[in-house]
Amino acid sequence: MEYLQFLIIILFSPLLNGIIKKLKAYMQGRIGPGIFQPYYDLIRLFRKDMVVSVVASWIFKATPYIVMTSVIAASMLVPVITLKSPFGIIGDVIALIYILALGRFFMALAGLDTGTAFGGEGSSREMTVAILVEPMMMLSIFTAAISAGSTNITRIAETQSMFYSPSHILALAAFIVAVVAETGRIPIDNPDTHLELTMIHEGILLEYSGRYLALMEWAHYIKQMLLFTITIDIFFPAGISHSTEIYGLALSSGVYIVKMIFMAVSMALIESSRAKMRFFQLPSLLGGAFVLALLSLLMFIMMGGK
Amino acid sequence: MESYFYTGILFFLFGAVISCITPRKVKNYTYVLSAIGAVNLIITGLYLSTGSLISIPSIPISPALEFAFQGDALSGFFVTVISILTLPVSIYSIGYTKNIGNQGLMGFLYNLFALSMYAVVLSGNVITFLISWETMSVVSYFLVTFDRNEKSAKAGLLYAVMTHIGTAFIIILFLVLYKCTGHMDFSGMKAASAGIPEDLKTLVFIFSIIGFGTKAGIIPFHTWLPKAHPAAPSNISSLMSGVMIKTGIYGFIRISMDVLGHGPEWWGITIIVIGAVSSVIGVLYALMEHDIKKLLAYHSIENIGIILLGVGSSMMFGSNGMYTLSAIALIAGLYHTLNHAVFKGLLFLGAGSMMHATHTKNMEDMGGLIKSMPYTGLFFLIGSVSICALPPFNGFVSEWLTYQALLLGFNAPSITSKIISPLGGAALALTGALAAACFVKAFGISFLGVPRSRHAQAAKESSASMIAGMAILALLCLLAGIFPGTVINIISPSVISLTGSDGNISYNGFLSVSQTFSSLAPAAILISMLCIGVAVALFVIAGGKRKTVYADSWDCGMPSLTSRMQYTATAFTKPIRLIFKRIYLPKRELSISYILKPLFVKSLKYSGEITPFFERYMYEPLTSFIRTAAAKARLLQSGNLNLYLGYILITLMLLLIFGI
Repeated sequence: MEYLQFLIIILFSPLLNGIIKKLKAYMQGRIGPGIFQPYYDLIRLFRKDMVVSVVASWIFKATPYIVMTSVIAASMLVPVITLKSPFGIIGDVIALIYILALGRFFMALAGLDTGTAFGGEGSSREMTVAILVEPMMMLSIFTAAISAGSTNITRIAETQSMFYSPSHILALAAFIVAVVAETGRIPIDNPDTHLELTMIHEGILLEYSGRYLALMEWAHYIKQMLLFTITIDIFFPAGISHSTEIYGLALSSGVYIVKMIFMAVSMALIESSRAKMRFFQLPSLLGGAFVLALLSLLMFIMMGGK
Repeated sequence: MESYFYTGILFFLFGAVISCITPRKVKNYTYVLSAIGAVNLIITGLYLSTGSLISIPSIPISPALEFAFQGDALSGFFVTVISILTLPVSIYSIGYTKNIGNQGLMGFLYNLFALSMYAVVLSGNVITFLISWETMSVVSYFLVTFDRNEKSAKAGLLYAVMTHIGTAFIIILFLVLYKCTGHMDFSGMKAASAGIPEDLKTLVFIFSIIGFGTKAGIIPFHTWLPKAHPAAPSNISSLMSGVMIKTGIYGFIRISMDVLGHGPEWWGITIIVIGAVSSVIGVLYALMEHDIKKLLAYHSIENIGIILLGVGSSMMFGSNGMYTLSAIALIAGLYHTLNHAVFKGLLFLGAGSMMHATHTKNMEDMGGLIKSMPYTGLFFLIGSVSICALPPFNGFVSEWLTYQALLLGFNAPSITSKIISPLGGAALALTGALAAACFVKAFGISFLGVPRSRHAQAAKESSASMIAGMAILALLCLLAGIFPGTVINIISPSVISLTGSDGNISYNGFLSVSQTFSSLAPAAILISMLCIGVAVALFVIAGGKRKTVYADSWDCGMPSLTSRMQYTATAFTKPIRLIFKRIYLPKRELSISYILKPLFVKSLKYSGEITPFFERYMYEPLTSFIRTAAAKARLLQSGNLNLYLGYILITLMLLLIFGI
C-alpha cells in the first residue's frame, strides 16, 4: 500500500480540479460542469487526432512525456496517507522542487519551439513567475526544514507539532501564495482564459492538441494536487498515519479527504474573491510573499528555533 | 605511477613542438598528442587524489631557490579536473582548428596553456607557483588576443591588467607569509603558520580574496571575465571558463584553508556573502546578454559564487570546530568545481559549434538550429539542464549538497552564521530559478523556432571530432549526476586533509547527511524517472493509434508567420529587466519619425541597454583618477636631461642628509 500511495494523487487529481471548478461555479452563482468533467475532457482529448506544427522539433513532442514524468516522479517522494513513504528516502523536498523545475524547463522550451509569439510570451512569463516563486517556496520550506532538522518531507511531517509559532504561520502564508502561483490560478494566472494578454500557462499549451494536450493537462492537475499534498504534509500533518495498518490508513484517508476539500474550498474562495492581477503587478505580490518567507526564517532564528 | 605523469607532460610538450613543425594539412591532428597526455594525467590525478604521493625531483636554480613540485590530494583533485576537461577539448580541437589561421601558434599555445595550469596546481613552493601562474596568465593573454582584431586586443589588455593586479596581491601575500614563517614551500609555511600574528593572517586572507578572486572572477573583480572569455577561440574559452578560473579557487583554498588553517568565523561568513553576491549578480547579468559566449562567461561568475558558498560554509564550520559539517560543505564546493568544469566546458564547446555554423555570436540571429545540428543541440541541452541544476544531471547533486551545507549553518553557534547561511540558501534558490530562465532563453532562442537569419538557415552540423568532444562531456554530466559516491571518493582525501573529516555522507550511491536525516539517491531518481517515462509511453500507446496532422503554427488567421514574429531574446527577458530594474538601471530610446503626425509613421527606431554598474561606478572613476594622477606626475618628466640630473642630485643630497 505504502508503495502505491502516489497513485492516489495521479488518479484523483482530475477529480480535485473538478471539485474546485464546481465550488467556484457555486460561489459565483452558476451551476457549472459536473465534478467528473475533467475525466471526460481527458478521455475526449485522448481519443482525438493531433495537429502538430511543422516548425516543432522533438522537444515539442518529448515535453508532454517529460512533464508527466516529472510530476509523477515528484509525487512518489511525498507521503500521502501514510508517513511510511518508501520512496521518500531517494529524494527530499529540494529534489522535489527541482524535479518539478525540470518539467517547467521543458514546458517553457516547448513554448518557444513552435515559433509563435504566444508560446514565447507564455514561456517568458512562466519563467519570470518561476523566478519569483521558486526562491519563496524554498525559503518557506527552509523554515519548516530547519525546525525539523531535515529536508526530508516525511521527517518534516513527523516533527511538525500542532502548535504553530508565528514563523510557521508566516511561512504558510508565503507557501500558499507560491501554491496559487504554481497552479496557475487567479490572481496570478487565469486557468480559464485563452485571451493572449492574460494567459501564462495556457499560452505555452496553445499549440498542443489531442494526446499531448491531455498529458499536459493531466500533469497540471497532478502538480496541483501534489502541491496541496505538500502543503498538508509540511504545515498540517496531524492525523496522517504513521504505520500501514488498515484502520490507521482508513482514518488517515478520511483526514486527507477533509484536508483536501478544505484546500479546494480555500482555492475556490481565493479565486472567486480576487481579480486577476496585471502581469507587472505580480512582483509586488510575489515579492511581498518573498519578504514574508524571509521574515519567517529570520523570526525563527531570532526566537531561537521556534 | 611517475611514468604516467612524465608521459603525460611529455605528450603535451611534444604537442607544443610538433604542432609548429608539421605540415599545415595535418596540424590539427597534433591535438591527439594532447589528448593522450590528458589521459595519462587523469590517471596521475586520480592516483594523487587518493592521497598517494609521487616524487618529482626539484630543479635547483640557485642555492636558495628551486623549482619544486608537490602533489598532495588537493593538487591531485585539481589535476583530475583539468585533465577531464582537457581530454574532450583536445578531441574537439581536432575538428575545430581545422580551418583557423595560424594553427601552429594555436597548437603551441594550447599545449603550453594546459601545462601551465598543471604546473600551478602542482607547485610546491612560492617561486614555482608564481612562475607557473604568470606563464598561465601570459599564455592565456595571447590566446585571448588570438583573433587579431580590435575587440580582442582591448579585451586582452583589460585581462592582462586585471590579472596582474591580482598577481601583485598574491606576491605581497607570499612575501608576508615568507617573512612570518621563513619558508618558501607550502608545506613548510603550513607547519609554521601558527606563528603568524593574527592581523597579518587577516591581511593574507584579504589579499588572497583579491588576488585569487580576480582570477576566479568574483564580483566586483569580474569585469575582465565576460570580455576576455568570449574573445578567445571557443576551445580556449572552454578551458579558461572550465578550469583556468578554478586555479583561483585552488589558490584560495591552498592559502586560506590549507596554509593558514582555521581562521576566525567572519572569514567564512565573508566568503559566503561574496559567493551569494557573485552568484546572483552573475546570473542577472547573464540573463541580459544576447552574445552566447558572454552569457556563458557571466554564468562562470555565478558558478564560482556557488562554489564559494560551499567553501565559505566549510571555513565557517571549521572555525567553530564542527569538522563533519565543514567536510560536507567542502565536498559541496569541490563537487561543484568538478561539475562546473564539465558542463561549462560542454556549453562553451557547444557555443563554438554554433558560431562555427552560423558565423555569429548573437543569439538573435540564430534559431531553429536543433534541426540542422541535432547532436550539438542535444549536447547543449544536456549542458543547459546540468547548469540549471535539474535532476538527474550533475549540477543538481552539488547544489543539493550546497543547500544542505547552508541549511546546516543553523547549527553554528553565532547568530550571524545562523542568519547568513540560510540567506545564502535563499540566494542559491534565486540563482537556480534565474539560471533556468536564462537557459530557456539561451537554448530556446538559438536552437528552437524558425531560423532568424540566412546563416542560421544554412547551418550545418559540426565535424565528428567536435561532436565526440561534446559527447564525452555530456556523458560525464550524466555520470557525475547519478554516481555521486564515485565523485565523492575522489574528493574525500583532499577534504579529509583540509578538514579532518570525510563528512560521512556517501553510502553506495546514496547521499545521506547523517545530522539531518536528509538523503538523496540520484541513480534511483533517474531509474524511477525512466520507469515512469516508459509507463506513460506505454499508457499512450495502449490507447491505440491516432493520426498526427502537420500544419503551420497558429497564426491568428493571418497569412504566414515569419521568423521576425517570434519572441526574441530581448523580449523574453523584458519582464525580468523590469522587475530587477534597480539593478540593471535600463535605458531605452524610442525615436519615431512621422510622415504625418500622429498617424503615419515613417520609421521607428528602438534601442535599449542596461547600465554596466560595476564598470560605470567603480572602474571608470578609478581609471579616471589614475589618469589624472598620471597626468599630474607627468609634470615631473619634462624630457630635459639637465632636470633629470637635477633630480638625481637632489635625491642624493636627501639621502646623504637623512641616510646617516
